[in-house]
Amino acid sequence: MPHIICLAKQVPDPETPASQFKVDEAAKKVLPVPGIQPVPSQFDTIGVEAALRIKDQVKPCLAMGADEGIHINGPAANGADHWATAEVLAAAIQKVAPFDLIIAGRQAVDWDMGVVGSTIAEILGIPVVTIAKEVKYADGKVTVERVLLDGFETVESPTPCVVTVSNELGEPRYPQLRQIMLAAKKEVKPWTLADLGISAPQNRVNLEALFVPETKVETEFIDGDSPQEKAVKLAQRLREAKLI
Amino acid sequence: MPSGVLVFGEATEDAKLNPVTAELIATGTRLGGPVTCAILGSGVEPLAQECIAAGAGKVIVCDDPLLANYQGDAYLPPAEGITREADPAVLLLGQTMIGRDLAPRLAQRLGTAVAMDCVALSMEGDKLLAERPCYGGSARARYTINGSPQMATVRAKSQEPLEADPSRQGEIVKQAAGVDAGAVRTKILERRKEKAEGVRLEDAKVVVSGGRGLGGPEGFKPLEELADVLGGAVGASRAVCDLGWYPVAHQVGLTGKVVTPDLYIAVGISGASQHMAGISSVKNIVAINKDGDASIFKSSRFAVVGDWKDIVPAFTDEARKLKAG
Ligand SMILES: Cc1cc2nc3c(=O)[nH]c(=O)nc-3n(C[C@H](O)[C@H](O)[C@H](O)COP(=O)(O)OP(=O)(O)OC[C@H]3O[C@@H](n4cnc5c(N)ncnc54)[C@H](O)[C@@H]3O)c2cc1C
Repeated sequence: MPHIICLAKQVPDPETPASQFKVDEAAKKVLPVPGIQPVPSQFDTIGVEAALRIKDQVKPCLAMGADEGIHINGPAANGADHWATAEVLAAAIQKVAPFDLIIAGRQAVDWDMGVVGSTIAEILGIPVVTIAKEVKYADGKVTVERVLLDGFETVESPTPCVVTVSNELGEPRYPQLRQIMLAAKKEVKPWTLADLGISAPQNRVNLEALFVPETKVETEFIDGDSPQEKAVKLAQRLREAKLI
Repeated sequence: MPSGVLVFGEATEDAKLNPVTAELIATGTRLGGPVTCAILGSGVEPLAQECIAAGAGKVIVCDDPLLANYQGDAYLPPAEGITREADPAVLLLGQTMIGRDLAPRLAQRLGTAVAMDCVALSMEGDKLLAERPCYGGSARARYTINGSPQMATVRAKSQEPLEADPSRQGEIVKQAAGVDAGAVRTKILERRKEKAEGVRLEDAKVVVSGGRGLGGPEGFKPLEELADVLGGAVGASRAVCDLGWYPVAHQVGLTGKVVTPDLYIAVGISGASQHMAGISSVKNIVAINKDGDASIFKSSRFAVVGDWKDIVPAFTDEARKLKAG
């Protein structure tokens, strides 16, 4: 059974209605919306799905869920930028080593930066294949189907390596009640930077400002007594505006 | 002292200059230049003059069969070598399939950081201010970068190219890739193109896009017909691509394509920020949605509230008449 490490983070729900999405510009933070719970970053749950599919393929009966969780916390981990995060995760991964595969989301759905998986691969000196829609493992190699602009590409990589996954992989499985109960009993190890034997890495970027961009569009609602009338009017308005 | 701007140009699969290259060169020029453009690939040498016409003062061509299909392991050694040699203050790449993969790895090798998917860049003294959408397009973040070079990837079509001047002169330097095939750990086994018929989504002047409100894959037939009448291309929301109603290659948005048509017609699309991220520079959005409160209307110039099944066929007929007459 390959040893697979999945990376995950928690984010504000990306489906938060635009009308409730608010930013504290002074603190450069997104404000939590009362009643809307944070969620795991979507691509990360897809990463767990990719890992479980490999498990299914290797040993069907064992595929009940991830086996172990590690949560790295501490004030230093919280203020970390993408690069400091990658360094901390790389240190944790080295502590968990040996491993065969690291699966990460293509980007976290809060900052959408899309650099952590690749940076970890570079720190560890192992190959990385990004934006996967399928990940298979056999004989110490992974075969990855990558999403390209106008098609797909199958890439083979030796292990250990990093793969980042995209939504084209498919929906993550919904945990069964039994698994949720089992998961509650599973240990999530709380690790600190001291446990990893590192001090807080330096940030490489500074967030200078965070704001909600303004959209100023005058919307013209096309009225009519029937849908057909609206449709005809729309076509005529677009013609007048030289758009068709 | 690092100085100037280095940009990594790109060729398209059919060996033309990817338009993002001219946009990067123009951005570098506006940041103060001087701009050196490096172009990596196989058979890319003929593109050098075009980079100069687009505003580059110098072009570094790295032409090698090993660079034919992008692989990070093959591109990184020459990319790192060229950057170290040029020692630029600012390094720009396109937010393309290549840039997305290459930039973070290159940043780590150079010991610096990269702001990904930027839509606005400026200099404040020596500091690059890199502005980028985040939270699925709901917010914008502005970054500065501590390392050198200050790196950014730039969203395609977010920047205006300069007017091409074929008479411009510049220096062209050839450089060996210096890649050993054995150092490329990954291997491309197969590449498959999803053949998009008709007008390319990225080049289309009109895009007709469908969302979950279409109710099923058959809903795309009338949209294809409309796109045909208007000489446009068909796009889709991620919801329908995930459902398998339409091919992924047509997905518009944050994780799909960025399109810049003169006219974008959104049918049965709610207007999630991640979808709007793909059409943020479109001036004329038409939304057809049965929900009068749909958020897409906020960014639309023209809005029609109603069931698309009643509206689209009548609209197509009228458009056909107007185009004929
Ligand atoms: C990290 C991340 C990345 C994403 N990337 C993308 C991306 O690149 N592109 C993208 O599109 N999405 C993306 N999404 C998904 C996005 O958040 C939305 O879920 C998606 O865009 C919704 O698609 P939709 O508008 O088709 O469906 P819905 O939100 O379900 O909207 C359907 C709309 O159809 C209308 N409707 C229903 N029936 C009719 C009818 N008969 N006539 C007229 N109107 C009707 C409804 O009123 C509704 O407004 C991403 C999400 C995340 C979290």
